This record gives sequence, structure tokens and C-alpha cells, in this order.
Amino acid sequence: MKPVVHYSAIEGRSLAFWGLLGTFGLFLLLGLGAVWVMEHNGHYVTGMNNHIVWGLPHVFAVFMIIAASGILNVASIASVFGKKMYKPLSRLSALMAIAFLAGGLMVLMLDLGRPDRLVIAATYLNPKSVFAWNILLYPGFFGAVAVYIWFMMEKRMNQYSHQIGLFAFVWRLLLTTGTGSIFGFVVARNGYDAAVLAPMFIIMSFGFGLAIYLLSLMATCRWTGRELGDNVVRQLKNLLGVFIAAMFYFVFVFHLTSLYGTENHGFENFILMDGGLFSQLFWIGWVAIGLVLPLAIVYHPGMSKSRAWIGIACAMVIAGGLASMYVIIIGGQAFPMSIFPGFDVSSSFGDGQVASYAPSIWELGLGIGGIALALAMTTFAIKVLPFIPNSLSDELMDPHYKAADPEEISGDSEATA
Amino acid sequence: MSEQKIDQYRRDFFTKAGATAATGAIAPGVMLMQVGQAQARPLDQAISNKNRWGLLVDSNKCADGCSDCVKACESENAWGSGSSDEQKSDASQKAQWIRTVTLKNKLTGSEHQLPMMCQHCEEPPCVDVCPTGASFKRADGIVLVDKHICIGCRYCMMACPYKARSFIHEELTDQSPDVPRGKGTVESCTLCVHKIDRGDGSTACADACTHQAILFGDLNDPSSAISVEMKKHATTQIRADLNLNTGVRYRGI
Repeated sequence: MKPVVHYSAIEGRSLAFWGLLGTFGLFLLLGLGAVWVMEHNGHYVTGMNNHIVWGLPHVFAVFMIIAASGILNVASIASVFGKKMYKPLSRLSALMAIAFLAGGLMVLMLDLGRPDRLVIAATYLNPKSVFAWNILLYPGFFGAVAVYIWFMMEKRMNQYSHQIGLFAFVWRLLLTTGTGSIFGFVVARNGYDAAVLAPMFIIMSFGFGLAIYLLSLMATCRWTGRELGDNVVRQLKNLLGVFIAAMFYFVFVFHLTSLYGTENHGFENFILMDGGLFSQLFWIGWVAIGLVLPLAIVYHPGMSKSRAWIGIACAMVIAGGLASMYVIIIGGQAFPMSIFPGFDVSSSFGDGQVASYAPSIWELGLGIGGIALALAMTTFAIKVLPFIPNSLSDELMDPHYKAADPEEISGDSEATA
Repeated sequence: MSEQKIDQYRRDFFTKAGATAATGAIAPGVMLMQVGQAQARPLDQAISNKNRWGLLVDSNKCADGCSDCVKACESENAWGSGSSDEQKSDASQKAQWIRTVTLKNKLTGSEHQLPMMCQHCEEPPCVDVCPTGASFKRADGIVLVDKHICIGCRYCMMACPYKARSFIHEELTDQSPDVPRGKGTVESCTLCVHKIDRGDGSTACADACTHQAILFGDLNDPSSAISVEMKKHATTQIRADLNLNTGVRYRGI
């Protein structure tokens, strides 16, 4: 008999479950409290200023938005590329994609100078603005992925899940291209103005998204007592390794092309050598913690067999991802713009100076609040709807696995879907 | 209390509530129209692209250490020392519409200064990136921010190659009636649009410069003083490589 994968909502009645949800809720509340402080007083309470206009909230928001589209990859691999093993992993992938986009957007929107004018952002659109394109891409992503989840859960619509999966996949590529282009099209600054930023953001989204997904999957299965086969983990961590290597390649190409032009030597010197915190974050945070060490772990013959180490590698990719966003977003602004080439400039407005930025607790609170929203949404959703398979054992997941009987099946998607 | 009296109270209440609601609904529209009219210079003529307002800055004439233009702008547009606002913001958070920049030639060591402000580009990057269209360019070339639809995203500040824009980091109370400003929105040099629309024919910075280093005028009018000067002498645009066709031109950089 061909093994069948069954899904069910998690029980979610234990003290630990409510404790977890409560913790996320608490961080979300603290984040909203931070927003209240920032919006009530104005942005003077933050570390942001007229030189670093996008601060820590953008680091979190952009990270989460690109990670969201990357999380959807797991589902795309099943529906677009036809890999059967990934199919049972798809529902959670789509759910978390929505949750992380929601979290990222929450941070982005609540950091606006006038968040009360959100409706204006939706009703007055400047067709030439990359930001405005993104404002159209976000709801499209929510819609496509929501329909995707519906098609996956509803048996009658299953047959169309390939088509909607393909649509969502193309849409997510557009979305990340849009996010990358927010920076890539800024011609004024040395640190941005590079077409390679859009594909680099897409590759980063693959890496960040898979790291978040794998970590969440391992935690969910462990805490709910559902089996997660070693082969499943092995395949996902191998894929993570490939994505990390691809990220490495793009970082290398980005800086190499930048270094080729003499006009960018100052900026490259700043990021790679003399930038203080930025150089440290680049080498220690982005390259060492975010790329080299996790790559070594996932391919290490011993460590790669340990789920604890794989979890650590995922956490490193996430930490390195945040560091990379900090270097790109804040570092790109901190380096002085070249307004008068050939001159040393000075003024009362920071011309020619490296801009200083010390993030405030409110900005950190808002950023963490966004992550808390994404995790709270995920935790709550898997309690009310059947997102997680009852078992992800190798017998079920691998069509070539030779086993007599599938794992015990309890609950049915039809009953709860 | 009789039944009739209660009914009367009710009627009064509903009449007043209705009137208040109607005022609340209409007032913002009226306000917008008034602001719109002030910007649209409606008295005798509409804004047209017949004019292209601009400035010519002669940095050779700009005197070292002088900041008269900055002070005049502050008092005309009620920012910086011209207003009691922005006490909570630190130096890097305070608005600055115009600043003097000191340039030291890396090769020769020669030094000079010049005023920097919004360059009122013909192809302004701030207008391109603004998601709502709050950053806009008037037909006469003046680049402005519509404070009613600015959402405070600061993308224009990222995109401006001249660092000409400021974000307002706190509540403001001491504004000039001619110059709308507000917490959570972005602002920059308006080329004294209220003075232009009033027909003053100059900007505060140009008026204040006793060294005649700043000349205001119509770049589209070949007989204007600015056009004549620009025809006579070589002038430059800052970051001309970006091909933005700035309305502010410089001599002596």
C-alpha cells in the first residue's frame, strides 16, 4: 500500500504551548508599546536621524520580507519542481511565508513617520516608485499564498495546486526583485546602485527562508512529538548548504564588481577594512557566522548528523542574515555620499563624515515585535488548522524507502480542513 | 421633565451633532482647497512651464564663514533658529534646508565654500521614488513635498543625491503660516515658493546675500539676469553625471 500523509492541527492544550504563545504575544505587545513611544514622541527618541534615515526597523523588516519569500521555496520545490518529498512540508512553508511577510510589513509600516496615513499609501500610487510596486506586490503575495494554502488543504482543489504554486513562485521572485530594487535603484549612493542587489536578495531569501523553516520544523516536530525523518532533515540541510554557497558567491561578486570601479574604492574600503562596526559585522557577522561556519557545519561529516548542530547552523544563517542587512542598509547610508568628487568636504550637515547611528531600544523592540507576530501567527495557525503532517518519517516521505507500514495515522485533514 | 422638552433636547442634540459631523467632514476639504490655491497662485495666472525658476550660485563670491543665506532661510521658513521648535531633536535630527559646505581641493588644498540646498532637478530622483506622489515637481520646476500625503517613508531622502532633505523628528508648533511643516514628514528647500507665488521675484537666501553670490531667476527667460549670466560664464551642475538637469547651478566649483 502506498503510504498516505495525513495532517492534523496540533493539540495545543499544554502549558508549554500557551507559554510559548504568551511569550510571543508579550514580545508583540512590547513591540507595539515601542511603536507607541516612537509615534507619540516622534522619531527623535530613536537613533535614526537625517543621515541614517532607515535604521534597525528596516534591518528587521527587509530581512523578514525577503525571508518570507524564501520560506515559500519549500512549497515551490514540491509544486513547481515536482519533488514529492517536499509536498508534506508545503503547508507549513506557505503559512510561515504569510506570517513572516506580515511581521516584516508590520515593522515597515509602523516605522513610517505617519503610519496613520497608511490608507494614502494604498490609494495614492506613484507608478514610477519601486516602493509603490512593492505596495502592490505584498497583497498579491498574501492573496496568492492564501489561495495556495486553500488549494493544498481542499481535496477538490488539489489538482490546481501546481498552477497556483507556480504563480506564487513567480510572484515571490518578483517580490524579492522589488525588495532588492528598492536599494538597487538608488543611484545616489555607492553602497546601493547595483543591479546585482536584486538577484542577490533572491539568493539570500533562499538561504534565510530555509534556515527559518528548518529550525521551525525541527522545533515543531520535537515539541509536538511528531516524527521527523533523518533523511528529510538531511535533504533540507544539504539544500541549505547549497543556498549558503550561492549566497557566498553573490557576496563575492557584489564586492568584486564594486571593487573594480575606482570610484567605489572608498566605499569598499569602508565596508571591508576601516568601517569599524560595519567591517566587523561584515567579516564576523555576515561572512564568518552567516556563511563560513554554517557551511562547515552542514557538510561536516560528524556535525551534520546532529540536529542540534543543524539547528545551530540555521540560527547562524539567521544571525548572519540580520548582520548582512545591517551592513547593507545602515552601512550604505553611513558612508558619505560623493557629492563633490575630488574635494574634502565639511558642513554642519555631516557632509564628508561617516554618519553615526546608535539604535534605540524602541527600534529593537519594534523589530523583535515583528518577529514575534510572525511566530505567534504560525503557532496559533497550526493549532486551528491542519498544517503539520502527523508524521514526517522517512518511510512516508521517501517514495523509495522500503518499509512495511506507514506510521500511525491519527486525525484527518478532511475532518478539520 | 415633560416628554416634549426631552424631544426638544433630542432634536437640538441631533442638529448640533449633525452640524459638527458635517463640519468635520467638509473642513479638511476646505483646508486642502485653500492650501492648494495658495500653491496654485490663482490670483492672476496658473503655474505654467513657461517659467523654470532657478538659482545661480557663484562660489567665488561666497565669503568664507558667512552664513547669511542660511540665517535668512531659517527666519523666512521658520526652521532652525527661525523657530522655537525641534528642541528635543539632536543636531543630526534637526531639519536643515540649506547649509554651507566647505570644499577643500584634495590636490591643491585650496578652500572655498558654497551653499547647498535642494537642486530642484528637472528629473528629481525624490519624485521618482516617492510611493504616494507626495514628492512632486511643479510645472515651473519647483520640487516640493505635499505634506498632506507624505507618509514619512524617507525613501526620497535615500534617493536624493544632494542630501537636501530633512525628516521632522518631533511635534512642531511654531511654524510660519506660509510654510507648512509637520512631524513625521519630509521637507526641503521650497525655493521660497510662497514668495514666488506672491510675486516677490526672489528667494530669502538670494535677498540676504550681500556678496551677490546667489542669483534667483527664470531659466526659461533668455533676458533674465540669471540666463544672461549663465550664457556669459561657464556654470556647472552638481553631480552632472546623473543627468538630472538641476535648477540650481554653480560657478567656481
